[in-house]
Amino acid sequence: MLLIYCPYCEEERSELEFRHGGDAHIARPANIADITDEAFQDYFFLRDNPKGLIFERWRHIHGCGRFFNAARDTVSDRFFASYKAGEPKPDLPGVAPASEKTVETYEATEGNAQ
Amino acid sequence: MADTALRLPPLGLRHGGSAAARVTPAAPATRLSLRAGPEALDALSAAFGLTLPTRPKGSALANGRHALWLGPDEWLLIDENEADLMAVAAGASALHSATDISHRNTAILVSGPAAAGAIASACPLDLGNAIFPVGAAARTVLGKIEIVLFRSGEEDYRVECWRSFAPYAFGLLSEGAEDAGL
Repeated sequence: MLLIYCPYCEEERSELEFRHGGDAHIARPANIADITDEAFQDYFFLRDNPKGLIFERWRHIHGCGRFFNAARDTVSDRFFASYKAGEPKPDLPGVAPASEKTVETYEATEGNAQ
Repeated sequence: MADTALRLPPLGLRHGGSAAARVTPAAPATRLSLRAGPEALDALSAAFGLTLPTRPKGSALANGRHALWLGPDEWLLIDENEADLMAVAAGASALHSATDISHRNTAILVSGPAAAGAIASACPLDLGNAIFPVGAAARTVLGKIEIVLFRSGEEDYRVECWRSFAPYAFGLLSEGAEDAGL
């Protein structure tokens, strides 16, 4: 069972108590009515889906109920750090940032296979 | 002539478990879901007659009235003497939110040498003495439902769950008690 450290409960708890909340650190545009449709699409719908390190929101919904942020490896599911909502991204020495490449696309893996 | 509504306890007179872990429905109690910021703590503590805990897993007890820490700004208050907690909350001037959940929740008492084992059969929380000592409380899961677990004694646990889930929780704990008692 995956154990996730909750920064509000100050201990590791079972993954069963948590719910995933999508990417963290997504800044809402200051005046959302002024931005173009493309910029809104980029802000609202498009996510990087990186392979490797990702910063995400999690909610300890069956515990203290709080949202917090965590750094996780999307390949190994290893959690590097958890920190309270509102805090900046932590420095993670020794952890490589996610590669520029996105996760495999159909074209890359299947080519023009018939 | 109007008939008087008859209120039935959600678990009736059910009893279960094993020789090593008894599972029984708790007596009715009044309950309050309390939410407040840190600046209201002193006034609310004075109103309820106990010190609201501010540390994770903390709890406080005074005259049959429990305050369990659920989150940084959330507490579950349980009064076993069925005092009117809403009236007490209404008398506190500090800004807070209080909701009467006396009938939303019900409780199941698990006690005996294998009580922790019975609960651990469906609950992922670490129930070891070092991390969940007497007086500890936490919201967690039991099987498919959410519960609030409170350790009231060395071998005594109180499982607070929603009323409609009580038969499920009772059955699960009874099964766990039989397994843990083997």
